[in-house]
Amino acid sequence: MASLKDLRVRIASVKSTQKITSAMKMVAAAKLRRAQEQAEASRPYAERMERMLGSLAVSVAGQDGAPPLLKGSGKDDVHLIVVGTADRGLCGGFNSSIVRQARQMIHALGGQGKTVKLLCVGRKGRDQLRRDYGELIVDTIEDVAKPTVTFDKASAIAGRLTQMFQAGEFDVCTIIYAQFKSAITQIVTPQQLIPFAVPEEQKDAATGSGASAVYEYEPDEEEILAALLPRNIAVQIFKALLENNASEQGARMTAMDSATRNAGDMIDRLTLVYNRTRQAAITRELIEIISAKEAM
Amino acid sequence: MIETRVAFELVSPERLLLSESVDMVVVPGAEGDFGVLVRHAPLVSGVRPGVISVYNGGQVTERIFVAGGFAEVTPSRCTVLAEQAMPVAEIDRMAAEQQLKDAREDLADAKDDDERDAAARQIAVAEAMIQASAS
Repeated sequence: MASLKDLRVRIASVKSTQKITSAMKMVAAAKLRRAQEQAEASRPYAERMERMLGSLAVSVAGQDGAPPLLKGSGKDDVHLIVVGTADRGLCGGFNSSIVRQARQMIHALGGQGKTVKLLCVGRKGRDQLRRDYGELIVDTIEDVAKPTVTFDKASAIAGRLTQMFQAGEFDVCTIIYAQFKSAITQIVTPQQLIPFAVPEEQKDAATGSGASAVYEYEPDEEEILAALLPRNIAVQIFKALLENNASEQGARMTAMDSATRNAGDMIDRLTLVYNRTRQAAITRELIEIISAKEAM
Repeated sequence: MIETRVAFELVSPERLLLSESVDMVVVPGAEGDFGVLVRHAPLVSGVRPGVISVYNGGQVTERIFVAGGFAEVTPSRCTVLAEQAMPVAEIDRMAAEQQLKDAREDLADAKDDDERDAAARQIAVAEAMIQASAS
């Protein structure tokens, strides 16, 4: 049986852990508010961009002059997966669930005989993937959310992807990130970036009626597409980074909330044991004194 | 009733700036300004740095500076995807001039075509900004 002193030390240490987790929870909650606002504010732009590009893509589909970013390199051999995770841990299953999705994809693609390359955004993803797939990792980008996610950072990643694509280093690029639903729910989402994937409903609309508005272009189709495609990649990455950031804070908040609650339960349990032990010791001492007196 | 207003949306990567139904908008297109009324022909256009004017009841009700982007027009709506956008009233003249100066220096220091292009774009944006704040 643990001594009184041991129990006291134990309770004190759980208490200080609880202080840390509850502080982390509050920090995460504050950061979450900002991150969530940012993520929600960026959604309209990304959506409109995708819609606009979708209708463009449908109208140029099948033409010879379509740019490679739209129709792909004509092959499907090398896949690049951008794994977006956090730089820090202690956020529940956030990083692990993204990495799990990545592993599944690597496995599936590997089974089809494709070559897979990985670009890790965030330290935690790299740390978890390095053990099994170290040789697949092309590079790691860190500190995207520090101090805040900016469009420039997303642009830089997009520029790099475009360059790699033009150099023929991969054929298909997919980004994996966690879409923010609420502080409790985040949905791990893979999104194909290159070549551009036309949203399903637009595809249906195009094949169904064939009369989806015929656009005029100013200057001309090719120029607009050439400017729009790389920009879209940057926008989609930006959106993914913001969603990821919000999801991370949400996941951390929930995780730290339950950690704080667990610590509270543990303190209660330990205090109960401590009091019982203390009383047992007092009772024992009394019995000793009384029986000693009687013996005299 | 016949719809006489066009749904106008202005979005930048950071936020949705404006989403309302208006009488007319004038957008600085890549090949010249164009006005959008309801039942405009479908159009996709580049946008150069300049000022978007929103008209309601025959008057300009809002003027917003955009640093380039794209516009999509359909008969019922007009969507502008701006790279950067802010109301003309919020333009900081001094900052814009400083930006212009910096960009000119960048242009002088530029080593390759990419850098030169980037600097030239910066200059165009800064000039348009100064012009917008003066008018």
